[in-house]
Amino acid sequence: MKQFITFVKKEFYHVFRDRKSLMMLFGMPIVQILLFGFALTNEIKNAKIVICDYSNDVTTQQIINKLEASKSFEVQRVVSDHFQIEKSFKSGDIKLVIVFPENFNRDLLHLNKAQVQIIADASDPNAANTLTGYATNVIRSYQQELSSNYSAPMQIIPEVRMLYNPQLKGATNFVPGVMALVLMLVCVLMTSVSIVREKERGTMEVLLVSPINPVLVIIAKAIPYLLLSVINLAVIILMSVTLLDMPVNGNIVLLFVESILFIITALALGLLISNSVESQQSAMLISMMGMLVPTMLFTGFMFPIENMPVALQLISNIIPAKWYYIIVKSIMIKGLGFASVWKETLILTVMAAVILVISFKKFKVRLE
Amino acid sequence: MELNKDNNKSLSNAGSQLSVEREVVIKTDKLTKRFGDFIATNQITFEVYSGEIFGFLGANGAGKTTAMKMLCGLSKPSSGNATIAGFDIYRQTEQIKRHIGYMSQKFSLYEDLTIVENIQFFGGIYGLSDQQLKTKSNELIETLGLQKEANKLVNSLPLGWKQKLAFSVAVLHEPRIVFLDEPTGGVDPITRRQFWDLIYQAADKGITIFVTTHYMDEAEYCNRISMMVDGEIKALDTPADLKQKYAVSSMDEVFYELARGAKRNE
Repeated sequence: MKQFITFVKKEFYHVFRDRKSLMMLFGMPIVQILLFGFALTNEIKNAKIVICDYSNDVTTQQIINKLEASKSFEVQRVVSDHFQIEKSFKSGDIKLVIVFPENFNRDLLHLNKAQVQIIADASDPNAANTLTGYATNVIRSYQQELSSNYSAPMQIIPEVRMLYNPQLKGATNFVPGVMALVLMLVCVLMTSVSIVREKERGTMEVLLVSPINPVLVIIAKAIPYLLLSVINLAVIILMSVTLLDMPVNGNIVLLFVESILFIITALALGLLISNSVESQQSAMLISMMGMLVPTMLFTGFMFPIENMPVALQLISNIIPAKWYYIIVKSIMIKGLGFASVWKETLILTVMAAVILVISFKKFKVRLE
Repeated sequence: MELNKDNNKSLSNAGSQLSVEREVVIKTDKLTKRFGDFIATNQITFEVYSGEIFGFLGANGAGKTTAMKMLCGLSKPSSGNATIAGFDIYRQTEQIKRHIGYMSQKFSLYEDLTIVENIQFFGGIYGLSDQQLKTKSNELIETLGLQKEANKLVNSLPLGWKQKLAFSVAVLHEPRIVFLDEPTGGVDPITRRQFWDLIYQAADKGITIFVTTHYMDEAEYCNRISMMVDGEIKALDTPADLKQKYAVSSMDEVFYELARGAKRNE
């Protein structure tokens, strides 16, 4: 046990003396949260839209004015021909078309109910999602104004249609994605590099000649990164709550427990990589290309998995971050409990166990 | 055995203060390592005695490092037997590890740890108590004259000092045998001389020194040397007897005589 503590202490020295890596470790999540939260915000200004107005009456005119008054939209032109709709989208710069059917005003006055169609170019699903939301809001607020003037409630029913991407599921909340990404980077990259570094410098030989149990070497190496990851996690959650007003709806303890499970999976992956390569460069390269890129692509927080070809969808299943992302979204945003994420938890657990077993088996006690 | 008789003579020649009944600490019997078709070490058989400074010589690629790695438990032999400090290298690796020290070709302390931290770490993983660690590290720092540098990072030290420190750390836990794999590579002659002073000090304490080297002047410092050529031990004797046998005046020439026939070149 004392050997083990000695070893862990040494690992902490390594981590804390490597200022550059440490800065990166703690700087990265902060920068990412700020970037995604503010610079890469989903808020869209002056999106070009086209109005297709078959009714052309007082009410539609008022709604169009409202839309035009909003910062979000810039009404490009008003047409009355549905062939124009497709043409507008094809031109590329039109993001949204709002269609008022014939007799819009009459329906509203006589039936107390009228329909408006919002068609979005969903090839950019995030933008489409945001814009339809804005448009719906503008229409809804107009409806409330109307209702306060009349005794009977007026209903304008927006019917949203997503073109090119009907199954649109927007990844509006990036925080779970950032969490998966940061934990993956810290654990996989740092562990693999730190083990390979010992091989490269020749200290691994000395350790293997010494009586210390090789399994302890590995565990001791993982401990500082486990701890750093938990701190990182806390920082990310704290920042998203305070800066981005993002709630943690579910049980925070459950969130941390699930995160630690994911961290262990990632640490095991890092270990596996370090067993397979001989230099820090290749460890870094494999961690970046083999782990980070798939994590970004296949978790679904940047690109909806549903839109990928089936083959890629299948591949996404072997990415641990995908399951973690689902778990975090469920707990943090939807506020669900363990009962709704047990399946994902089980998948992650099995992944962690399998990777751990393989990497411990592969860890060479003797340098052949 | 003829070999043994020679040893007795040579050790007295070398002015060693070893007692007559010498204990065998390393014993190998036809130890062999193959990598596919390539036989890195071919049936080497030799004995090393307690307290001896044993030079393990050979050209690059002769199989020295491979042999040494097998003895340290870093590499599994393909065939043959060996015992280290009385323990079998197949079955009792854990006991062996407790009784040996190792200094690798590469500098093997942690550059981003201070001298004291390195001493405490390596002492710690060999299970020294806090009290022992404290005494030992003070002693070591004093011997090496590193009092001022004790809390500096190792990477700020010149190479010669690093090597001396690495050796001292390798014998910190007072092993029966210490394996040194080309310990003085890239070090100036004066520092090398000082390094050998440390080796003699350790040998005086009864630690057996098993050292590989390329420097023939260092070979002269050993009690006995073995010469490996193409994976086999071609000669094993005291430096004096080897020179006599080949009728040459220096170890350099002995080396040329023996290594001339080598087929492996690197």
